[in-house]
Amino acid sequence: MLALVSPALLVILALIVLPVGWLAWQSIYHDGFTLENYRRVFTEDIYWRSFALTFEISLAVTGIALLLGYPVAYLANSVPKGWSILILSLVVLPFWTSVLVRAYAWLALLQRTGVINQLLRYLDVTSEPLALVHNTFGTVVATVHILLPFMVLPLYATMQKIPSDLMQAGASLGASPSLTFVRVFLPLSLPGVLAGCTMVFVLCLGFYITPELLGGGRTVMVSMLVSRNVELYNQFGAASAVAVVLLLSVLAIFFVVSRFISLDRILGQK
Amino acid sequence: MTKRDIRFGYAFLGGSLGLFAATGIAAAAEQITFVSQGGAYQQAQTVAILDPAAKKLGITINQDSIPDAWPAIKTQVGSGKPIWDVVDTPTGYCLRGGEQGLIEKLDFSKIPNAAAMPEAYRNPYSVSYEFYSSVLAFSQKTFPKDAPNSWVDFWDVKKFPGRRALRNHPIATLEAALMADGVAPDKLYPLDVDRAFKKLEEIKPHITVWWTSGAQSAQLLNDGEVDMEMAWNGRVSAVAKEGAKVAFTYNQGILQSTSLCILKGAPNLDTAVKFLNEAVDPVHQANLPLNIDYGPGNPKAFDTGVIKPERAAQLPSEPANAAKQALMSYAWWSSPAGEAAEKRWASFMQK
Repeated sequence: MLALVSPALLVILALIVLPVGWLAWQSIYHDGFTLENYRRVFTEDIYWRSFALTFEISLAVTGIALLLGYPVAYLANSVPKGWSILILSLVVLPFWTSVLVRAYAWLALLQRTGVINQLLRYLDVTSEPLALVHNTFGTVVATVHILLPFMVLPLYATMQKIPSDLMQAGASLGASPSLTFVRVFLPLSLPGVLAGCTMVFVLCLGFYITPELLGGGRTVMVSMLVSRNVELYNQFGAASAVAVVLLLSVLAIFFVVSRFISLDRILGQK
Repeated sequence: MTKRDIRFGYAFLGGSLGLFAATGIAAAAEQITFVSQGGAYQQAQTVAILDPAAKKLGITINQDSIPDAWPAIKTQVGSGKPIWDVVDTPTGYCLRGGEQGLIEKLDFSKIPNAAAMPEAYRNPYSVSYEFYSSVLAFSQKTFPKDAPNSWVDFWDVKKFPGRRALRNHPIATLEAALMADGVAPDKLYPLDVDRAFKKLEEIKPHITVWWTSGAQSAQLLNDGEVDMEMAWNGRVSAVAKEGAKVAFTYNQGILQSTSLCILKGAPNLDTAVKFLNEAVDPVHQANLPLNIDYGPGNPKAFDTGVIKPERAAQLPSEPANAAKQALMSYAWWSSPAGEAAEKRWASFMQK
């Protein structure tokens, strides 16, 4: 068994563990041990602002993705097999397009001369183009779009395992469909909700392309600070300290969540 | 497929056909690895400068490209075994790299073409290779006449209403702010950083987008997302060539350059120095603007007769155009004051 997994382990070791370890080392060692990079991260307010903004955006994206994703997963779960395959393919379809292309597509839709603004003006809903992009709003919209499948798939997987006779049992005992949903289905689907939310939230924390392209320069998420610090301080350590803090926050989130639900479930295995 | 790939293909073919013969030839011919920023720009250099220089010197120039060479320079020299020789990168990085011991100090007695250039066009570590300019660009749809013509106009939101964009970077932006505040283009340095940021605070609410890439600045102007912006001249003229109603002025532009420098401990140092001299040869340099909208790094190129006057008038480093602009001081930007200003930018943006 070990012989079979060792190539994969070696690849992970060589391509992930070593570089990340090396970067982490750089953050505390530069001509001697130093905590300067961490002092900066914890004392200068631009870092606080970025971390706060990143968590805000991630929370908003997670919330919206849940609101949008839950009904989709519910529908896919309650229709006959053929239809659910169709719905799930539509959910997964955007995966085959690069994130960059999708970000540009949103730009084409949302900008001042974009499709949505032109439609709104044509319909006389607005007289001035709305500022839909180059701000946090545009960033959130595009990020939700990109991360939605990570919400829908774990939700669907969990819902699949809820026995449908439980709903019939609820109905036979006289509960209305909405009551059975609230009292039976919803609680049983919560592990999926938690799994999907954790997935989306954690992925969103490290997002780079959408805030960079659609944030108008004002939406500075943590990942952007990482790249900016390489330029500003000319040392990888300054950037990797930010990355290490972000990585530790992600691990902390996984740790807390794993006390409620097994990690296998978040990663969609069970 | 780029030229580089084709060459790589040949090298590979040669290698597999006859290893001994191939290594024998490669060892005999001198070679260097040259690195620039890729795309149409590197293509233009290949035609104008790299291929002719390789032919004249009888050397092989292996090309590589990277949008931002700085982190790679640090890693390569830091590892003690750099694989690149000559890098074409913004002049500030050459200077900074020189101060940090990452870049070779140049012996100008071996580089006569560079020694003949004005002093403002070179420094102990590098030689100007090409010029571009951060200019005020505008939509001709919004401003069919009486277009904004200076940074004072750009800051005047009453007289010139419209959406605006600036680069999300202090370099050239602080210069523009100071000119908007009435500082003459030739009196900018050392920059009054406090004054520049104060002036920027004034325009900040009116900036729709702070762009990060040249492609983005071009798209903003092309799609009519902004009515005026700071952009690189080559980007604006490319958009105009595709038919967009956009234009720009060199008035109060900020003249910037990339320079050639040699990595510390470069594997082919002697050949690299020879190449450096050839690369700034006035005739090769004069051929560059025939292939792309950037000005030659060596002003003598304008005396060769290769660049027609009509063409010269479009170029950022043509003497009359250069006179209207501010010449960026990379020495100031890589000084402690410049580095502090760069760090201050992030907190300005997030406030």
